[in-house]
Amino acid sequence: MSKLHASATQPSSGYRYVYGPCATVFQATKTGTWRTHRPVVNQELCNRCSKCARYCPSDLFSMDRKDRSVPVTIDMEYCKGCGICAEVCPLKAIEMVPERSVR
Amino acid sequence: MRTVLGALGERTILVIPPGCAAMFSGYGKETAVKVAGIQGCLENTAAIAAGIRAGLEVQGIEDVNVVAFAGDGGTVDIGLQSLSGALERGDRIIYICSDNEAYMNTGIQGSGSTPYGARTTTTPAGKRNFRKDMLAIAVAHRIPYVASASAFYPEDLRRKVLKARDCGGPAYIHMFMPCPTGWGYPSEKSVEISELAVKTRIWPLYEVVNGKYRLTVTVNDPVPVERYLRMQRRFRSLTDEDIAAIQAFVDAEYEKLLERVNH
Amino acid sequence: MSVRKLLDGNGAAAEAMRLARVQVVSAYPITPQSPLAERLADYVADGSLKAKYIRVESEHTAMSAAVGAQLTGVRTGTATSSVGLALMHEVLGLASGCRVPIVMPVVNRSLVSPWSLWCDHQDTMAERDSGWIQLYVENCQEVLDTVLMAYRLAEDPRVLTPTMVCMDGFFLSHTSEAVIVPDQAEVDAFLPPYKKQNMYLDVEDPMFVNDLTPPGDFTEMRWQQKVGFDNALTVLEEVQEEFARRFGRRYHILDAYRCEDAEVVLVAMGSMSGTAKYVVNQLREQGKRVGVLRIVCFRPFPVEQLREVLRNVPVVGVMDRTAGLGAEVGPVCTEVRAALSCSDTPHRVVGFMGGLAGRDLSPAIMRKVFNQLLDIAAGAPAPTAMQWVDVRPDAMEIREVKQRV
Repeated sequence: MSKLHASATQPSSGYRYVYGPCATVFQATKTGTWRTHRPVVNQELCNRCSKCARYCPSDLFSMDRKDRSVPVTIDMEYCKGCGICAEVCPLKAIEMVPERSVR
Repeated sequence: MRTVLGALGERTILVIPPGCAAMFSGYGKETAVKVAGIQGCLENTAAIAAGIRAGLEVQGIEDVNVVAFAGDGGTVDIGLQSLSGALERGDRIIYICSDNEAYMNTGIQGSGSTPYGARTTTTPAGKRNFRKDMLAIAVAHRIPYVASASAFYPEDLRRKVLKARDCGGPAYIHMFMPCPTGWGYPSEKSVEISELAVKTRIWPLYEVVNGKYRLTVTVNDPVPVERYLRMQRRFRSLTDEDIAAIQAFVDAEYEKLLERVNH
Repeated sequence: MSVRKLLDGNGAAAEAMRLARVQVVSAYPITPQSPLAERLADYVADGSLKAKYIRVESEHTAMSAAVGAQLTGVRTGTATSSVGLALMHEVLGLASGCRVPIVMPVVNRSLVSPWSLWCDHQDTMAERDSGWIQLYVENCQEVLDTVLMAYRLAEDPRVLTPTMVCMDGFFLSHTSEAVIVPDQAEVDAFLPPYKKQNMYLDVEDPMFVNDLTPPGDFTEMRWQQKVGFDNALTVLEEVQEEFARRFGRRYHILDAYRCEDAEVVLVAMGSMSGTAKYVVNQLREQGKRVGVLRIVCFRPFPVEQLREVLRNVPVVGVMDRTAGLGAEVGPVCTEVRAALSCSDTPHRVVGFMGGLAGRDLSPAIMRKVFNQLLDIAAGAPAPTAMQWVDVRPDAMEIREVKQRV
């Protein structure tokens, strides 16, 4: 009668081992390293219409549509610098600047 | 993807084949989606989805969406058979084809959805035949809901995804997905390209509800196709004659569409 | 209360799947499996099987739909044969790599070309690296019993490996026997309802199944599968023991027939074993010390058990039922030779091959084979090349056509 294999260690409390390919960690490669240009938001000019947020392919914008004292932010860990936000902004309040630039 | 999942919510199971969309599926332990999902093979997305739906039904689970999210290669070429089977059987799945008009993930090879004149690595001189009319194929299966959509017309897409969910049977949505790398245009122009595709009538936005056609975006003063084509390096080998042929084709297809709408 | 029914192999498999309460059926018709798929459709239509029947449009879809359904937490039913199995090939890997414990009867039939409808083992032999457990049966009773045991084996958390139950096309699938069919209550006690485990598709506990796996993890996942295979023989023995206690029929991983004092043993698989055993009985009456070793579990290949049974058997013949083109001997003989090469006693292993595409492996053929093996035991040279026992001498001349047809 052959020996049965078992794991050498036990999983942590509340966890189990899964066999085979599966992904359960909500995370991705930091694609921010890919960009050659970065978006810079003119916070005073922006009227918080949120068109940029709706069109951003990676859903990276955060803003308070009612309170203009809260700055519009972009998750720069993932922003690839595609430029769509700058293109669609009706007030031209976003400028794409080279990644190495001071701004 | 976020428009689709935003509309459908957490009680959704995704089926994604290998391809660009597999970027959502993930790598190793990491995934970019928070809902349950599976990466199948390139040609069996609809088949796996059909199986998932059957498994849920038999357990009495009615309120979970089963969404297939495949590219054009995995739909109009290698995936056509399993899609056709699922549509014919009436399996209640939402099938979304994200069409970037080539096998982009593997390096821009031509597909059955690549348009006339486009350069790809397997059509380096420009494709010499017109693409498949996948929407007509879906309509021919007599399913309750078929629609064209565009990734950068998110409200239109959202409404269509909800109608697909509620139609009570299989639903097919064919979605325009521009690819800056594959089509050869600067990435910030993606929204402009998408709008031009609709405004030139190359990519009319319509839906077919139980066989009845309806435009969801009307285009009364179309833009000449040349403006759309000349923005993309994949069309750089098009002659004026080619462009005229494409214009004639687009006009004729749109006429046929209007006839069906007004029928 | 068990009842006796007149069933062929297809009927026996369908009964077992009904008793196992499969909940989603996705089977595509193909000769000689079609009556199995039809029987399941009848069961669903008349209510004796509460399942959703997906009328799939190809075998590739049949297996794909089964994987999708089983991952939501239901037991699925599918079956196929020959080129249908070949068409499923890609998706077999999806099932085994994702540890989806599907049980699938396969009716053995040759692959094309040449086109054939009839029995040999080429179809399942072509899938021996698919990561599926493979069990081969000898008669229709064993079809029913093995399908039931297969669910317990495949679904065991120590195994979690999809399993094919292989029966010879027409010889078993279409030949009726009196089969004892256990009642539903007995089977329910043996085989509890399916519970999802390991990976699954559940909106309340979401995970993404089968995403791209880095080179740094892939080998480990294959190791996990290997562990499942390593455990399978032990678990199968447990299941067979329990089956014997509950149903009174005892099965083994290796069916050793009169091997204890044999100087010649023929290794066989499938329905040909019955004929071989019949010939063994005749030869034993003449005082010849011969036996048959029927392999029931081919994947995983029971190397230790085989070495043990054949330890003191100097001459071993192996009857393959597929040509194994390009190798010196057929696949089963190759495995037997490999296993015995690690034996500490000497053996001469001779490969035979016949019965392709429905050709009968008759008692006369079996007698010829045993007699050759007995000659070898008595000192005749043992050929290393495979012996094609039933090929006609005019093989190169059978299609004579005019120069310009």
